[in-house]
Amino acid sequence: MSLLEIENLSLTIHETEILKRVSLCIGAGQIVAVTGESGSGKSMTALAVMQLLPNGAKTEGAIWLGRQNLLKQSEREMCDLRGAEIGMVFQEPMTALNPVKTIGDQVIETIPVHKAMSRTKASARAHEVLSRVGLPPDRFPLSRYPHELSGGQRQRVVIAMAIALRPKLLIADEPTTALDVTTQAQILDLLKGLAREYGMGLLMITHDLAVVADMADQIVVMRHGEVVESGATIDLLNNMQHPYTRKLFQASGHQVSLPEPPEPRPLLEVKNVVRDYRLPRNSLFAKAGQHRAVDDVSFTLNRGERLGLVGESGCGKSTLTRAILGLEEVQSGEIRLDNQPVFAGHKPNPAVRRKMQVVFQDPYGSFNPRHRVARLITEPFHLLESPPTGTERQDRIAEMLTAVGLSPDDANKYIHEFSGGQRQRIAIARALIIRPELIVFDEPVSALDVSVRAQILDLLAELCATYNLTYLFISHDLSVVRTITDRVMVMQAGRIVEQGETEQVFSSPRHAYTRTLIDAAPILPGIGANVA
Amino acid sequence: MLRYALKRLISLVISLVVASVVIFAVIEVAPGDPASFMLGVNAQEDTLAALRAELGLDGSKIQRYFNWVGGMMVGDFGTSYTYRTPVSQMISDRLWVSLPLALYALTLSTLIAFPAGIYAAARRGKPGDLTVMGVTQLGIAVPNFWFAMMLVLIFAINLRWFNAGGFAGWDKGVWTGLHSLTLPAIALALPQAAILARVMRSSLLDILGEEFMRTARAKGLSRRQALWRHGVRNALIPVLTILGLQFSFLLAGSIIIEQVFYLPGLGRLVFQAISARDLVVVESVVMLLVFAVITVNYMVDLAYAAVDPRLRGRS
Repeated sequence: MSLLEIENLSLTIHETEILKRVSLCIGAGQIVAVTGESGSGKSMTALAVMQLLPNGAKTEGAIWLGRQNLLKQSEREMCDLRGAEIGMVFQEPMTALNPVKTIGDQVIETIPVHKAMSRTKASARAHEVLSRVGLPPDRFPLSRYPHELSGGQRQRVVIAMAIALRPKLLIADEPTTALDVTTQAQILDLLKGLAREYGMGLLMITHDLAVVADMADQIVVMRHGEVVESGATIDLLNNMQHPYTRKLFQASGHQVSLPEPPEPRPLLEVKNVVRDYRLPRNSLFAKAGQHRAVDDVSFTLNRGERLGLVGESGCGKSTLTRAILGLEEVQSGEIRLDNQPVFAGHKPNPAVRRKMQVVFQDPYGSFNPRHRVARLITEPFHLLESPPTGTERQDRIAEMLTAVGLSPDDANKYIHEFSGGQRQRIAIARALIIRPELIVFDEPVSALDVSVRAQILDLLAELCATYNLTYLFISHDLSVVRTITDRVMVMQAGRIVEQGETEQVFSSPRHAYTRTLIDAAPILPGIGANVA
Repeated sequence: MLRYALKRLISLVISLVVASVVIFAVIEVAPGDPASFMLGVNAQEDTLAALRAELGLDGSKIQRYFNWVGGMMVGDFGTSYTYRTPVSQMISDRLWVSLPLALYALTLSTLIAFPAGIYAAARRGKPGDLTVMGVTQLGIAVPNFWFAMMLVLIFAINLRWFNAGGFAGWDKGVWTGLHSLTLPAIALALPQAAILARVMRSSLLDILGEEFMRTARAKGLSRRQALWRHGVRNALIPVLTILGLQFSFLLAGSIIIEQVFYLPGLGRLVFQAISARDLVVVESVVMLLVFAVITVNYMVDLAYAAVDPRLRGRS
């Protein structure tokens, strides 16, 4: 008999249909992955099992945990089940822990709530589970606060909380989305090990097929609140029935073809750049410490070349980007664009500034919501000495919107009328409108669903052909960098540890760190190739 | 934690020094010569000079600043120009009314606001919340002297539970003293409580939307347990800020209430001293209030650190 059985679960929130007759089941010790794009209802399915749905939610159908129908349990009975029978791990480890309580308190708390054991036993159990998730109390005392831990360590604490009472079912909602690839691999291993060791059922919610392909026993694909396809992982991947599953799979491993780069002629030259940050002083008279975020970095970006920059969070990618864009001054070294320094006499050089544009990661936070699209995309005009006006300005707006696949009529809309993918198109239009020599893409597709990401990558490839783009593409997603760049640099702890032709670096990495990154990155099994 | 406390203490001392210079300078440039004010417009020049010398107004500005600050350090605030009594005596008499009144009002406002704010946040959008929001809106809108007059009308004149005004003094016992401060404290506390309750509510609502609250629920805590164990302490930071500001206000800003209840408090002292150009008194009371405000802020800073481990610095 299954551990968890969801039967024809339908959910409406304030009369809006969210889930339509969803069914799936999980056996003891089994790992079931629910995958789909944003808005597919995968997280709501998880929250329905926990009965932690938002206000105004109405459910139909049944969720059987053993012999209990969770939809029929009272709130009190659910409180007894949550934490004891069902544990849950959330996406964002930075905010999933209470910042004002120690990790020990938070792990122990689960136990007395369920009156499962005495105080001393509870504390011993907390020690045990924290050690099990890789935070041995002799190195990570229970008195630590969440802010003293890294993202990966916090996620381990969240997992320790969820498994403190050895629940039969563990739900993990995008548990690794916010983490670096190497940390992701460790956390996935941990979850897999726990499921096997404790015989727990594991319900994994993820948007990333590659994450679950070599881990899940079963895959459930959802779209618009419905299950479109489900089955044992190997069968499903080898024999995809539903077109949406195929589309999702193809989009995950989407490849684009870039035009050949022209003869190398240097555009951006970065020489021995060092960027230090002052640390707060430890005492009034002590010398302030320094943190070297970028350490002696040199590279050249040629005209018409597409250069990638990869590395984990905190490696100095963003600092280097800010220095290149002339947003911050560097302590030593030189950055020149077209043979002119980006920083002239402690001030950003406007002549260089107007030759560069940037596209940021977050399509929701990078626009002023009170301006219309026309005004948003013409913002870079202020860099020009004589910005176009009148019909010339209108023509440029129309041309750019068309170039990124939108309609010229969209110029009069506000940004909230657009989806995430469309917003990223608008961001690209904004960057392109002054025909910059260099565009910096700072994780431009990381916040997008796979199918939208594939479209944006296609758009970039098209634009490369039409506008002869030169760009620096920063990403933590190796598969994206692999297809969208000619050359790649790998950054670790402020240094560039390896650079070279993209294909070469990926197929035969020379530096150990590059190998670690590539090994840690989840990949779709090769069977994906024959559906394309 | 100790390092944090010391660091804050250093900034407290710096603030005090800066404040004393500013106060001294502002009072110095204010128009009106106390000596000619005291002696009238027809006074002889030599009489004025003699009085200035007597009041210590004839030295250089720097010398007078250091005399003033040095005196304050040992509790000598100088002598009032108009009453010819030591300022320290005048202030301490009034402080014994104003300080307990402020603390009393603050305690009342906290006791009303915390439960009201938490109650409203826990029942967001329901009738209980709407009632609290309506009442607090009224509490903010209605001026406190109106409350004061209503309180006098009901509890002093009609019910005769309290005196309509005046202060009985502490020498007849703590209870008698508190009794005569009760109506003014309530009048002061109500508008403050209304503000504080709203801050508490909105701060707690922000926290209730945080992801760690969902984590707490996923552990099996009930809504109420999660609110008390994980919500309230996190919600306290903005509340403490407002609380600190309110204490400073209550200490000095109660002139109207002191007037309504005829209480001999600091507010009235300053008011009288300003009208009489009694600069020594004004300077000293203002400095004292600045001292109180900065000290309260220091305590609020320490309270932040007690509530939020992230502020305690690296351990």
